[in-house]
Amino acid sequence: MWQAKLQRHRIEIVCAIAAIGYLVVFIGLPYANVFAFSFWEKDLYTLRPALSPENYARAFTNDLYRQVILNSAEVATIVTLVSSVLGYLLAYYLAVYAERWRNLLFFLLIVPLWTSFLLRAYIWKIILGRNGILNSALTQAGVLDQPASFLLYNKFSISIALIYIFLPFVALPVYAALEKIPRGYVEASADLGSPPWATFWHVVFPLTVPGLAAGAMVVFCLSFGDFITPSLLGGTGDIMIANVIIAQFGAAYDWPFGSALAILVLLIVMLLVGLSVWIGRTVSRGRA
Amino acid sequence: MSAGGGASRGARWTFAAAAILIFLFLYAPIAVLVAFSFQESQVLSWPIEAWSFRWYRLLLEDRELQQALWNSLMVASACVTVTTLAGVPLALALRRLRGRLGRFLEQTFLLPLIVPQFITGLALLIVLNRSDIGLSLWTVILGQSLVWMPIVVVQVHARLQRFDANLEQASMDLGANRLETFFLVMLPNLRTAVVGSALLVFTLSFDELPVTFFLTGAENTLPMHIWSMLRIGITPEINAIASLTVGASVGLILLGVWLLAKDRRRL
Repeated sequence: MWQAKLQRHRIEIVCAIAAIGYLVVFIGLPYANVFAFSFWEKDLYTLRPALSPENYARAFTNDLYRQVILNSAEVATIVTLVSSVLGYLLAYYLAVYAERWRNLLFFLLIVPLWTSFLLRAYIWKIILGRNGILNSALTQAGVLDQPASFLLYNKFSISIALIYIFLPFVALPVYAALEKIPRGYVEASADLGSPPWATFWHVVFPLTVPGLAAGAMVVFCLSFGDFITPSLLGGTGDIMIANVIIAQFGAAYDWPFGSALAILVLLIVMLLVGLSVWIGRTVSRGRA
Repeated sequence: MSAGGGASRGARWTFAAAAILIFLFLYAPIAVLVAFSFQESQVLSWPIEAWSFRWYRLLLEDRELQQALWNSLMVASACVTVTTLAGVPLALALRRLRGRLGRFLEQTFLLPLIVPQFITGLALLIVLNRSDIGLSLWTVILGQSLVWMPIVVVQVHARLQRFDANLEQASMDLGANRLETFFLVMLPNLRTAVVGSALLVFTLSFDELPVTFFLTGAENTLPMHIWSMLRIGITPEINAIASLTVGASVGLILLGVWLLAKDRRRL
């Protein structure tokens, strides 16, 4: 009996084994190793297998690490909010008003996505630096007496570079959502006497929330876990959690502690992904 | 969606102004960068007094940089090969699995795209270290393929959802075996998804730093080389490299758009 069943579902079984095998070896195993390592101990220069909660205790009790996580969360929140607002405005203009410019502007929106992340962060160094173009322009125009040093190597420069890099990540999914809204919806709302802002708020906006939430989630996670921008554009006080983790795998040679911090970052990211999926689902169910 | 005749003029101009400012924010820095790449002086200063190709000439002589560029091209091509050869079968396998298990597997496949990349990099570093495998460009290829695999799987899987299963059935009824059915009936339908994701994987891999950072041995990829240049200090040579990459990406996108348009005409 079960043999016949096995025979009938042969292909499904082969497929399941292949997919599960890939998942276990190439996805499960690496992350499970990080988890296991987070309980190991470090003696001076050797790492020892153990089941110690010490690394997590250190992450939670030491003010420095809490501060770094808060730093990263602060930068990621600012970047997410600003790029959501700007990205939404841009997407709305493209979808609603751009008309014959739409294709060209859409093209201009994706070009930056295809250029190097590293170089897009670096650009801001030559713009905001002491000898940068902004300072030169401001001093020559007489706005500043001498070049300002508050522009670079702080949270401001990190945030502006990340907004610059991630703005299209919000604009694109929102644009896609706006494109899909049938014109009839907006006309029906107007015919029923809604003023334009009410149509936007009650009809258009809710339909774009899933796209907006997805884009914002991606921006938050990528900013939160970035180490390139803070090390190019941040000061010594602005290191982010990724920089600290990387240092544990480099000079500090404390892989177990680095692993524990990485697990914390993973948990935060997973929580946010869950939240954005939930928001997207609740809003679209509420409107269905 | 587009504005009906009733859209107020004020709103239109407000949005247009905002869009212009945002595009200025996106493009002014690139313009500055390109301008500086033609500046003669070693020290950046505005306005630019003397123009030259000096930094571009320097690139032509930089052997290390050329080696890094070559390495990056190799790694990106290898990643495209690996992710396509493994990703398409994985997508086909996922299609066969329905219900709870299928949905669970589908979501778990996305993990490396969601998790910050450097964490995937260090996770692999731990595994490689424990199995005594030395770091090289091969480990970079392994790491990057793992991170970009979901792109191919998801794109191809999405296309398969729209694929009419009757075509497959018809092909088998007419006597084709599974292999023939795949190559002659399904693959032509998947073509744009496969080519599209391959292009995406190539460019993403070409630019990848966080995973490579952990997994590279003595050899550098282009982003790693630029990274180490940036750590030393600003040299105008970097402006020249950056301008060239912007030019190359615009060229690539135009090529992609042109290919897609040609593809659509043929259908």
